[in-house]
Amino acid sequence: MPLQGNIRDFSTTQLLNLVNLSKRSGMLTIFESVPTGENDAMDQPKMKPGGERAKVAFNKGKLIYAELFGQDNGLVAILNKAGKLTDKQAEALKARSQNTSDKALAMRLMGAKYVNQNDIVTCIKQHILDVIYNLMTWSEGPFRFDDNVQPDTQNILVPVELENVIIEGARRIREVEQLKSHIENLDVSLKFPENPKEKFKGVHLSVEEWKVVSYVSPKNTIRQIAKANNMSEMEIRRVVYGLEQAGLVIVVKPRGTGATKRAGSRRTKKAPPVADKKVVNRLIERLKSM
Amino acid sequence: MQTVKMVVTGPFSSGKTEFIKSISEIDVVSTDSKITSENEREQKENTTVAMDFGRITVDEDLVLYLFGTPGQRRFDFMWEILAEGMLGFIVMVDSAKPETFREARSILETFRAYAPTPYVVAANKQDHPDAWEPEDLRIALSIEDGIKLLPCVAKERDSVRNVLLELLYTILEEMEG
Repeated sequence: MPLQGNIRDFSTTQLLNLVNLSKRSGMLTIFESVPTGENDAMDQPKMKPGGERAKVAFNKGKLIYAELFGQDNGLVAILNKAGKLTDKQAEALKARSQNTSDKALAMRLMGAKYVNQNDIVTCIKQHILDVIYNLMTWSEGPFRFDDNVQPDTQNILVPVELENVIIEGARRIREVEQLKSHIENLDVSLKFPENPKEKFKGVHLSVEEWKVVSYVSPKNTIRQIAKANNMSEMEIRRVVYGLEQAGLVIVVKPRGTGATKRAGSRRTKKAPPVADKKVVNRLIERLKSM
Repeated sequence: MQTVKMVVTGPFSSGKTEFIKSISEIDVVSTDSKITSENEREQKENTTVAMDFGRITVDEDLVLYLFGTPGQRRFDFMWEILAEGMLGFIVMVDSAKPETFREARSILETFRAYAPTPYVVAANKQDHPDAWEPEDLRIALSIEDGIKLLPCVAKERDSVRNVLLELLYTILEEMEG
C-alpha cells in the first residue's frame, strides 16, 4: 500500500531520508491541497489531494527523476535553461520534436554535436536538484509514495545519491530559517554605524549590496528598500544580513523586541525504584499464560 | 502485596484505552468523558480525561497496573504524576495518521525525560489500509535501532500481550545488562 500523508506533518526532507535509508524504489507524488472542511487528528485543517504538483522517482534509494507541474521539464527546456542551447535553437527544436522522446532527442542532439553526453547528464542532474531543493522548501501538500512505480522508459534517468541532497537541502532550509529569524520583521529600518567612512574603506560591495546601501535611512524600512530594488524578501534578507555581519549597517529594531524566552524545561526525575528480576519474570510468565 | 506499574502513552486517539481494555482483567476504570472539541469528536466519541486504569493480577503478592495517559496536551500536567515509579512505558502510535507522528515523538521525548526507564513503541492500527509499515515508522519517528518498534492492533488481546511481553523482555535485558 502507498505511503500517504502531508508534507506539513512529514516534510520532503524526512521523506527523502526515509527513501534513502530504506533503499526504496518508487514514485513520490505531491499534490495541490484541497481543504476538506474538516480538521485532522492534530486539529489542523484536513487536506485532500488535488492536482499533481510534482513527481519524483527513486530507484534503490537513489533519486533518478523529478518534474514540477506547470514548468517545462523536457530536455530542450533543461538544456536551454543551462545555456547549452540558445533560445532560438530551443524554439526550433521544440517545434520540430513535439512527439519525440527525450532519449531520442538526446541522441539527435549528440549526433548533431549540439551537446555531448556529459552536458546532458550534468544538465538533467542539475534540473533534478533544482526541483528537489524547491520541493524541500514546501510546507504544505498531500503526498503519496507508490512503491516500485517508475517513470516512462523514454525519460532520461540520472541517478543521484540522496545523502548530499538531504544535507544541502537541509542547509538551505536552515539558511532560510536563520535569515527569517534574524530579521523577523521587514518593517524596520537600517542605519549606518558610527564612522561609516572607516567601515566602508576597502570594502567591495556587489551591485545588490550597493543598491541596498544607497537606500539606507531611518526613514526607509527594509521592505520599502526591497520594493524599490525589485528584490524578493529572501534576497533583501540575505543582503542585509551580509551587510550587518560586516558591520556596515545596523538594523534599527523597534523597542520591546528581544529574544523570546522559552518556557522552563521540565525537570528530569531520578530513576524510579526498579523491581527485581524475579518480579519481571513472574509478570512474563503471567502474561504468557493469558 | 507488591504492585508494579506500566504506562501506556501516545497522542490523542492512538488506541491507548483500547490497548488497556484488551488485556485488563477488570473492566477498565476509564475516566473517559464526552469530548468537547468538534475535531476531537470526529476522532472518537469519548476521550480519556485523567487516565485509564487496568489491572493484571499475577498472584496474591503481585499485581501489574496499566495506566493510560490522556492524549490531549492540555492534560499533560498529569503525565509526570503517572510516570512516577513506572517499570516501563509503551508509546502508542496510530500508524495511519502521519499528522500525529511528530506529537508521538514529542511525547516519547517527554516521557524519556521523566524517567530513564525501558520503553517500546507500538505501531498501532496495523490492520488499517493506510497504516505505515513499522520500519517506515521507525525512520519517520527517528527511533533508534535498539528500541523495539512493534506492530500492534490494540483491539486484539494477543497483539497487546505481545507488546507487553516485549517490554518486559526489554526491562529484563536492561536489568541483566
